[in-house]
Amino acid sequence: MPLATFKGGIHPPDKKELSKGRAISNTKPPKRVVIPLAQHIGAPCKLSVIVGQEVKKGEVIGTPEGFVSAPVHSSISGKVIAIGEFPNAMGRMVMSVVIENDGKEEWTSLKDNPDYMKLPPEELRAKVKDAGIVGMGGAAFPAHVKLSPPKEKAVDVVILNGAECEPYLTADYRLMIERPQDVVEGLKVLMKILGVNKGFIGIENNKPDAVEAMKKAASGESNIQVCPLEVKYPQGAEKMLIKAAVDREVPARGLPMDVGVVVHNIGTATAIYEAARYGKPLIERVVTVTGEGIKEPKNLMVKIGTLVSDLIEECGGFKSEAAKVVSGGPMMGFALYSLDVPVTKGTSGILVLPEEGVVHAEDFGPCIRCGRCIDICPMGLMPSMLSVLSEKGFYEETKEYNLFDCFECGSCTYVCPSKRPIVQLVRLAKSLVKP
Amino acid sequence: MDKAKKEHQLTVSVSPHIKSEETTSRIMWSVNAALLPATVMGAYFFGPRAVFILAIAIIAAVLSEYIFQKSLNRKISVNDGSAFLTGLLLGMNLPPSVPFYIPIVGSFAAIVITKQLFGGLGFNVFNPALIGRAFLLISFPKLMTIWKEPTAAFIQFDAKTTATPLGILKEEGVAKLMEMFGDNITLYTQLFTGHRAGSIGETSSIALLIGAAFLLYRGYISWHIPVSFLGTAALMAWIFGTKGALFTGDPIVHLLSGGMLLGAFFMATDYVTCPSVRKGQILFGIGCGFLTMLIRLKGGYPEGVMFAILIMNCFSPIIDRGFRTKVFGAKKEIKESKK
Repeated sequence: MPLATFKGGIHPPDKKELSKGRAISNTKPPKRVVIPLAQHIGAPCKLSVIVGQEVKKGEVIGTPEGFVSAPVHSSISGKVIAIGEFPNAMGRMVMSVVIENDGKEEWTSLKDNPDYMKLPPEELRAKVKDAGIVGMGGAAFPAHVKLSPPKEKAVDVVILNGAECEPYLTADYRLMIERPQDVVEGLKVLMKILGVNKGFIGIENNKPDAVEAMKKAASGESNIQVCPLEVKYPQGAEKMLIKAAVDREVPARGLPMDVGVVVHNIGTATAIYEAARYGKPLIERVVTVTGEGIKEPKNLMVKIGTLVSDLIEECGGFKSEAAKVVSGGPMMGFALYSLDVPVTKGTSGILVLPEEGVVHAEDFGPCIRCGRCIDICPMGLMPSMLSVLSEKGFYEETKEYNLFDCFECGSCTYVCPSKRPIVQLVRLAKSLVKP
Repeated sequence: MDKAKKEHQLTVSVSPHIKSEETTSRIMWSVNAALLPATVMGAYFFGPRAVFILAIAIIAAVLSEYIFQKSLNRKISVNDGSAFLTGLLLGMNLPPSVPFYIPIVGSFAAIVITKQLFGGLGFNVFNPALIGRAFLLISFPKLMTIWKEPTAAFIQFDAKTTATPLGILKEEGVAKLMEMFGDNITLYTQLFTGHRAGSIGETSSIALLIGAAFLLYRGYISWHIPVSFLGTAALMAWIFGTKGALFTGDPIVHLLSGGMLLGAFFMATDYVTCPSVRKGQILFGIGCGFLTMLIRLKGGYPEGVMFAILIMNCFSPIIDRGFRTKVFGAKKEIKESKK
């Protein structure tokens, strides 16, 4: 039987072999961390510490403002040495708290509550919210918001996204191999909060051992199903995953909730389990440091706020051919202009790419209308038209070609034989017209 | 860490950070390579003169592009193989007996008028090689319709003048064709190998099919246009192929003669001038097949592939508009709004 999937998509080399065999290891305790108060989609946090203040691990340093927001906690114990605007991975200046490590590793309070599954859904949801959990696949959307569907949207399915379709990244893969039980527990918490009894774990089939591990961990749970998915980018995009796992089509410009589905990432699920059971806030995450330009690729448990330069050092430094450092995966990640930017809740990987293969923007040619991008666009768009219209300045006209349905997965740009920066032209048009 | 930073200037660019190995020039050179078997067969059947014509067409095309771009201070793009391809295709579409200035005039019309004046690669409305040929056919109607018998002897210069199978079919009917070739089997075999009068690169069906198989296998062309083109043409040949009687025509003769295969696999599939949406390509192919047979059976010319493709080229943009792809999730939206 063919594996579940969606229409379109591409097959970039997955390059996961660089880091997939490396068990998750802890980094050296960072000397200092830079923790941005805006790490999520939504309102930035309000500062709740002052310079000179001693903080413990897990102490709140930023309180959420508004519903779509998530608190920020200190990831180490130590002293606040500076508060100010520091660059984040996207190059924007954001209000951040700099904390110097005192090496004591003191926690605020961490209580094991083995009976967490007996807690009522509201209390579990509050725990997720207080732990500052956001979508850890990259988008960093506050998790509790997705767990509070409006009454008119009847949610009946939770899907865990273990596709990890971005090449190179192996953070979720390692979690599924090393902590499958925690992933399943996290899913159960999610299902309890949402009151649903159908849970799916979608995993791309290039990780058969992860599929096996998850199947084994979920074997006692009759309402949890592990679905192997065809290996194809962007299999892990929310809408594509939902189509593949439960064959529902999220309406254009709609949300998964519109078809009764909530999707969470594997990393998010483990964080939710830890929050529910121990009240542990999201202060660390698994980051894959990999790529042909790094000496020792690794999967690291990293404190939020650790600088990328520390991670590079932890992995033996650059090889001489290193040319580009990307935060996230190669398809949708951001190229870093400086290594002095912090790991945030949404950082799934740090990718060091060699000079070879770096395509420079000025080298692109005209659209030859070959139609490759149209064939593979997972959203059924016509990227060729979007790119030509945007290039020539016909921004309003791009809306006729459903500009705002593009979620910038980059598949079109990957396949384009003229090396046109299609996604960038789409972003340009998006920034210049109103939806 | 400072050391590492000094050693490395980080490249910053927009996502995605990896790209496929496919390039425009790799595609163009692959199509050139796919035409090699037919080119070799053309040289085999029509001798050194054919080789000269092909070479002149290619050189003239590449030079025209180079000089045009140089004189307008544009980026020189002759290395991408598309001008080479235009020259080669034009040469393959010429009778082997034309004087040597013919391919020069044709390549100039193809490259300068059809391609560069419209904005260069990607912006031309019509297939350059076909406009080049149409230009020549209209400007030099006599020279462009003198056909030589294939000699299959590379040194023999003076081959007899003859008519193409389609010409015979048009002027004298199917009976005469049979008389010339003997029986059905011989006729098909000759058409299949390419032992017949015609343009340099169009005669050998087997060679063209080998090249087409390569392109299909590599995904450089898809089945949509060739299948709908040839399917429609075959259907029409079967239904209307015999004068005065329906459903008795011979589709095989029509498919294997003239420029049908060269056109369906190598010219109608030109990315720039055909629709880019697959469903639209089927309509485009049907249009090509229909117009080809309409011209062959009812028009003034024995062959219709060239004009059929050129006419359909005009419709490509509007076909793409009409067959715009459906956005993921759009169906649901419509259903909901109906409620």
